[in-house]
Amino acid sequence: MPALTAALDLRRYVGRWALRVAAHAGRFTMFIADLFRALPEWRVWVPRTIEQANLIGFGSLFIVLVIAGFAGGVTALQAGYQFTGNLPLYIAGGVIAESVVLELGPVLTGLILAGRIGARFAAELGTMRVTEQIDALESLGRSPFSHLLLPRCLAGLIVIPTLVMVANATGFLVGWMAAKNSLGITNADFVYGARYFFRSFDLWYSAIKALFFAAAVTVIPCYIGYNTQQGAEGVGRSTTEAVVAASVTILMFDMLLAQLLLSPAK
Amino acid sequence: MIELKGVSKRFVDNVVLDNVDFTVQDGETMALLGPSGVGKSVLLKSIIGLIKPDAGEVIVDGHNVARLSRRELAQLRSTIGYVFQNGALFDSSSVGENIRLGITDEAQNADTAYCLERVKECLRLVNLQPDVAEKFPAELSGGMRKRVGIARAIAGKPKYLLYDEPTSGLDPVNADVIDSLVERLQQELGVTSVEVTHDVRGAFRVADRIALLWQAKIRAVGTPDEILASRDAAVQQFLERDLEMAVIQSESTDGPHV
Repeated sequence: MPALTAALDLRRYVGRWALRVAAHAGRFTMFIADLFRALPEWRVWVPRTIEQANLIGFGSLFIVLVIAGFAGGVTALQAGYQFTGNLPLYIAGGVIAESVVLELGPVLTGLILAGRIGARFAAELGTMRVTEQIDALESLGRSPFSHLLLPRCLAGLIVIPTLVMVANATGFLVGWMAAKNSLGITNADFVYGARYFFRSFDLWYSAIKALFFAAAVTVIPCYIGYNTQQGAEGVGRSTTEAVVAASVTILMFDMLLAQLLLSPAK
Repeated sequence: MIELKGVSKRFVDNVVLDNVDFTVQDGETMALLGPSGVGKSVLLKSIIGLIKPDAGEVIVDGHNVARLSRRELAQLRSTIGYVFQNGALFDSSSVGENIRLGITDEAQNADTAYCLERVKECLRLVNLQPDVAEKFPAELSGGMRKRVGIARAIAGKPKYLLYDEPTSGLDPVNADVIDSLVERLQQELGVTSVEVTHDVRGAFRVADRIALLWQAKIRAVGTPDEILASRDAAVQQFLERDLEMAVIQSESTDGPHV
């Protein structure tokens, strides 16, 4: 009898979980459709997108530069530790450039922005939801999608890939300087190694990843924040969920895109 | 006219509205009384389409709210001013910008000179100084925030005004100020109003008719006199504590005859 009860409980649990997933999938699809529906109201979203782009771009620039700089530096130091005496030094140029452009630049920038921008969007929208500001906007016959959500998502989609490119450049330059200091590699060797392994597709791959990560950093937190319930506690829960969901999605996209784009390009 | 026909709404196992019928005639002020958590705000939000009923029809100005397209619903909402319980002002915008958002006619909203003038006019109507337009919601007191919420609701010259507990959380003096304001706006603008409240004194002061929402149903509807004369146990129970004060208040302010 206890085994039957446990089995029924498990079925109930799985059923409830499946219903929740299905409900989220439906709501998320409607959310995306509503974002597209708001596109014709460009007079509303264009100025707000510029405002959000400034906030995201300038507000995140410093932390992105710091993170990318450290990532490039650490990659150079580790390359020095692994390569000394075994491989020609110019390979370090290729390893650092490729590591930064293909992986560290986009992923670290994405993860740091998931915490910085994703948390902000979820908290802002969640607070607006629980204080009825979103209801107030709707009651005035205005769309929260064109006023609040589309500007945030579009600003992220424009600015985050740009920040990733800045991060790539910073990581590469700091990595170069660190490699010179730690490995004693010459500029000519470093540049030779970097160019030897570099393919123009690498930059495209980095940009494509950045675009997917930007979608994860903006759309998911906006969706979670927009659907916040239950007061201050709900806002806290939404903020945490948004950061976790955006970060996990970034790592999932990272693996998926590597499989889809890098495997055929070998 | 606002008409609710057989409206029902439940949240999981909690039945909030059960087959509610409710009519507000043009130009009338209806106060909707009831204990906290009984579903008054749900009813008000279903009028403007923010909450969809599980059953029944909400008809505003001849339109079935549930059957309107997004654009039609937005158009209908532009004829309705909604005053939220805590003001629901946009934190990141100044008072002036908040009120300007209430100007729902796009051509008028794009005209900066008109908007500045209208913002001043709305602030005057709610007894606030023009310089308040420059302030941010965080710089205002609770009573001022509610008045700005009312100013935003009337900025678009609505045909209907819905008030969600406009006096809740205010001291008696400020509550009186808001009640006077609701009364004066009704006289000056001649709009059709629904005021959700559990403030019996305020309801008797401003309303042409009063309805009592009790255990998910409309238990009684009538003029203040009819409500006072009601022998319904729920009505008497609800009014009992505040009745004496309501009569005193009504006599002292020479408001609606109670």
